[in-house]
Amino acid sequence: MLRDITLGQYYQTESVIHKLDPRVKLGGTLLYIISLFLFHSFVGYVIAAGFLAIVIGLSHVPFKFMIKGMKAIFFLLLITVVFNLFLTPGRELVSFWKLTITVEGLRMAVSMAVRLTLLIIGSSVMTLTTTPNNLTDGMEKMMKPLKVFRVPVHEVAMIMSIALRFIPILMEETDKIMKAQIARGADFDSGNLIQRAKALVPLLVPLFISAFRRANDLAMAMEARCYRGGEGRTKMKPLIYEKRDRVAYLCIFAYLAAGIALSRLAGMLWAGI
Amino acid sequence: MGIVKAEELVYEYIRRDEEGNVEGITTAVDHVNLDVAPGEFIAILGHNGSGKSTLAKHINAILNPVEGTVWVDGMDTSEEEHIWDIRRTAGMVFQNPDNQIIGQVVEEDVGFGPENMGIPTAEIWERVEESLKAVGMYEYRKHSPNKLSGGQKQRVSIAGVLAMHPKCIVLDEPTAMLDPKGRKEVIRAIRGLNQVEEITVILITHYMEEIIHADRVFIMDGGKIAMEGTPREIFSQVEKLQELRLDVPQVTLLSHELRKRGLALPEGILTAKELADACERLRSGSMGR
Repeated sequence: MLRDITLGQYYQTESVIHKLDPRVKLGGTLLYIISLFLFHSFVGYVIAAGFLAIVIGLSHVPFKFMIKGMKAIFFLLLITVVFNLFLTPGRELVSFWKLTITVEGLRMAVSMAVRLTLLIIGSSVMTLTTTPNNLTDGMEKMMKPLKVFRVPVHEVAMIMSIALRFIPILMEETDKIMKAQIARGADFDSGNLIQRAKALVPLLVPLFISAFRRANDLAMAMEARCYRGGEGRTKMKPLIYEKRDRVAYLCIFAYLAAGIALSRLAGMLWAGI
Repeated sequence: MGIVKAEELVYEYIRRDEEGNVEGITTAVDHVNLDVAPGEFIAILGHNGSGKSTLAKHINAILNPVEGTVWVDGMDTSEEEHIWDIRRTAGMVFQNPDNQIIGQVVEEDVGFGPENMGIPTAEIWERVEESLKAVGMYEYRKHSPNKLSGGQKQRVSIAGVLAMHPKCIVLDEPTAMLDPKGRKEVIRAIRGLNQVEEITVILITHYMEEIIHADRVFIMDGGKIAMEGTPREIFSQVEKLQELRLDVPQVTLLSHELRKRGLALPEGILTAKELADACERLRSGSMGR
């Protein structure tokens, strides 16, 4: 059940997207998400989807891995769509019983669904093509100016990269504990919400204990390997912008400009009709 | 002075109740003396709670002695200013491979130690390459550690320590969580380091078969060193080992029992081949008569 979340799972393969500087991918993803909320017309969404399709094609990651992340937010998506569909006031389209679907509601619901889908797949592309270490390296370097304000940038980046490294391990462990408890008669699937929440206690307690033990071991192993914070540390893979990174930035800005211009144009045409 | 030397080492675990009052004191290491020469392969053996892991943690300055002193390459481990030099001189590999791999990709994990030491980028890559080759994991350098077997993960951990160019490697039960195949892989890698790279190895274990290749063996019991000697000397004393609740390798036990029944076999037979050879000699000897 928990395994379906693709976020934070790196897919190993060789591609241009994999080789890009993580700062480009981070910045690009951020700009892409912003663009989704800037574009208000369907032309904009088509451009956004097309851009994403090209990036996915370049990344050599099988499409089914992108979809996996969607399963986890499927219900969120459904709720958003339903609420937007029925609760947006405006021109009535269909009406039955007490529920009314409006033209604005339909529009809003569809655009919300498209935006969320593209947003999740878009950020999955980033996490699937960037090793978490690389990703946190990128964040660390991008946020370095914050060090002036005594923000522990290196420490935060290290915590994040370790958290990401342990997600699959802890998931496996959850699975194991769950099976062990089921074998001893625990019931995770029936009863009302409160009963189910209570049933999780025998799962969470051993999981937490083991997580703490792992944290302790890991801290010891890190210290044994001379880890003492970010001071005086060199990088095995230092981040240096290369030609392809500049090209990628250009592509992202070209996409943004094209998207904004075209969706404006389409909006004007729409208004003209 | 050897590369690792402990003198009258004592370490106590203090148990406290909820108010912080001392409830009891367990002496985990009790007046231990140890002197390891450079290039030696040392095995420390003992059952659970014998103090062998506590002893190991002193060599890496993770624990500080309550009494006595530990020197690593001439540096006193209780002196704060030497701590990082000690840790790069005496690398440490732990029991659980999952809990000591930091990187998400094999090569990034191996590079973690050199990064911490402030080694220039180009040299980190050289060190990662040679370390992974030394443990036979070079072709897995781009893999995720989660997809490796236990033995492979443990070899990556060893490579991670090796990349720091230590003079000595302490392995704290590196094979305890592995299957027999993984155990063999890891032991082979460790022997390779000792023989080819001439790194001092201190192997902590509770598997008897793993100490056969050691130069010297220490057996710990209740925090004290109960026996000391070459593997052959140790295995000659089957009764004493059994007294210490340690398993004796089957071949050694078999030849010991045969000897007790009057067969003129030598003491301290370690491998099946040795036993077969000894039996062969006996047979041809009796036939000649």
